[in-house]
Amino acid sequence: MTTTAAESTASKLRFGDVFRVGASGPRARKMRTALSALGVSIGIAALVGVLGLSESSKSALLDEISSLGTNLLTVEAGGGFGAGDSALPDTALATISRIPTVTAASAVWEVDADVYRNEFIPEGETGSVRVVAADVELVETLNGELALGQFLDESTSAYPNAVVGSIAAERLGIRNLDQPSYVLIGDDYVEVIGILEEFPLAADLDRAVLIGKDAAIDVYDAGDNPAVVYTRVVDGAIDSTRDVLPTAADPENPEEVTVSRPSDALEAQAAADDALTTLFLGLGAVALLVGGIGVANVMVIAVIERRGEIGLRRSLGATRAHIRRQFLTEAVILSVLGGIGGVIVGVSATYVYATSQGWRVIIPQEAALGGFFGAIAIGAIAGLYPAMRAAKLAPTEALRS
Amino acid sequence: MSVQTTTQPQAAAPTATGGTAALELHNVTKEFPGEPPVRALDDVSLRIDHGELVAVVGPSGSGKSTLLNVMGTLDRPTHGIVSVDGIDTAERSDNEVAGIRARKIGFVFQQFFLLPGMSAIDNVSNGLLYQGVPPRERAARSIEALERVGLGHRLQHPPNHLSGGERQRVAVARALVHSPAFVLADEPTGNLDSKSTGAVMKLIHDLHSDGTTIVVITHDTAIAESLPRQVAVLDGALASDSARRDREVVAT
Ligand SMILES: Nc1ncnc2c1ncn2[C@@H]1O[C@H](COP(=O)(O)OP(=O)(O)OP(=O)(O)O)[C@@H](O)[C@H]1O
Ligand SMILES: [Mg+2]
Repeated sequence: MTTTAAESTASKLRFGDVFRVGASGPRARKMRTALSALGVSIGIAALVGVLGLSESSKSALLDEISSLGTNLLTVEAGGGFGAGDSALPDTALATISRIPTVTAASAVWEVDADVYRNEFIPEGETGSVRVVAADVELVETLNGELALGQFLDESTSAYPNAVVGSIAAERLGIRNLDQPSYVLIGDDYVEVIGILEEFPLAADLDRAVLIGKDAAIDVYDAGDNPAVVYTRVVDGAIDSTRDVLPTAADPENPEEVTVSRPSDALEAQAAADDALTTLFLGLGAVALLVGGIGVANVMVIAVIERRGEIGLRRSLGATRAHIRRQFLTEAVILSVLGGIGGVIVGVSATYVYATSQGWRVIIPQEAALGGFFGAIAIGAIAGLYPAMRAAKLAPTEALRS
Repeated sequence: MSVQTTTQPQAAAPTATGGTAALELHNVTKEFPGEPPVRALDDVSLRIDHGELVAVVGPSGSGKSTLLNVMGTLDRPTHGIVSVDGIDTAERSDNEVAGIRARKIGFVFQQFFLLPGMSAIDNVSNGLLYQGVPPRERAARSIEALERVGLGHRLQHPPNHLSGGERQRVAVARALVHSPAFVLADEPTGNLDSKSTGAVMKLIHDLHSDGTTIVVITHDTAIAESLPRQVAVLDGALASDSARRDREVVAT
């Protein structure tokens, strides 16, 4: 009988068995598996949650900005000291409207009168609500909306009729218009015909009571010089228009004219959120690092504790590579379990919080996939050293215990 | 694959020449480095044929475990040749030698080395794992092996639900499941009470009757006496071999 060399082919571990063997350790030690996976999942959950929340909140803010339009420019007087009465020339609205790149312009005028809920309110306690005169296109120019009632039109603005801003309505105690409501402006009760929604691009108007321009001139002796001109500009020509606006508004003293872009403030807010997000991402990354170190730690302990198992497997025909693969797989399983848990927690947290804020839920795919693959990478890195040590162990040494 | 041929019952009596030995050592020496170096095996030559049941005896520190490690290819000798089922292991890479262990050698240890949290079936099927046998076939053959050691009623039990004797029988099943050329058992009854020892030794005798080749390391002389062949080790050298005595008797 002859023995052929073909009998002694090297040992082999089936592909599916690599996972089965790698899972056998974590399966036999469930508590330890759960705890080390938890470490990773906290980090992944933080990263996914922070990215999800920041994307959701930012998209809510950007939605708002784009619905309000970024092409609104505000033109006001107020150049510097000694500017005298801070109003624009009475021609400002007309000259601004004539700029070809201006698509709409509306003005408000100061009115020298106080507003009260009724005559029993002591004088001076206006709750910092002001009276201004507005032209009839103001709401349209601002892309604003009315919460109730209607805005001033050609006929209602000729007589004392008032539309109140959102905060002004609260302060004046006007909640609905089911019955005719009045406010006391100067010496006269004026009927409230509308309540405005918030104006994020012109927050001043939230605290204002608006009356028609003709009524303001007739009844309250308002001047003809606008305080602010709200200007809608062609999207591509914002900067160039911004440059010519001061001269157009006040050709004699262009330096006394201030032009601002209210959407800049909201965008600055979005950018500020970004900085905060970066901070939290950093914290999440640190948590993930700590989780990875936890996995490495557990694996080092596993290799020390399971020398007998390593020796046994070598006696059963496992090669060094098989042992290395087993412990590497085990580390990856631990951290992938953590990764899956972390993604689930991070996504749920985003969903719950964003929904409660009325935001659209946005889970950036990079966050979810990145969390998952990041966990695999963390596990592989964490498992590398312990797996090498396990593989290096001589079988006789491993069995001596 | 010709692995299957290794378990065919052959002549239980050792034959000095002809045929392939289950295991053959030629002038094997094992030295451990140190000051001075320890010569744990000193020029050992030994032939174990298919179907034999051999006891290796010797006092503590005489080199029994070192001999078992070298016979089982867990350690390479410093000098000399170890042939498993006719394959000279000196010429084989570590991975090929691992393959020889996976196919041709079964181990039984004093400490059982069963994996916790794994059923008896799964523990036994680890004996086929590194040969690349598919899971279904592994399970079927593991059940057969467990029935062979009298544990057909304990298939799903994890080690911590088994008695010491039962654990060692699971380990024996694991050592048998891949039909190896020989089984090496290092003090298999060292952790067992006398009742379990009796059961495990009876199992070893039964397996031998069925044609399995087994080498038992023990310092229990009563156990050694009960086996057909005894090899005595002293200070790393073969002090006596009952088979050689028999053969010498036959020769004269
Ligand atoms: N890895 C090693 N390094 C150095 N010396 C070793 C090593 N392994 C064994 N030895 C020495 O080789 C000799 C034989 O040891 P071995 O373990 O083979 O004895 P044994 O017969 O199995 O003893 P026991 O019955 O106590 O198990 C002893 O002197 C031991 O100290
Ligand atoms: Mg020993």
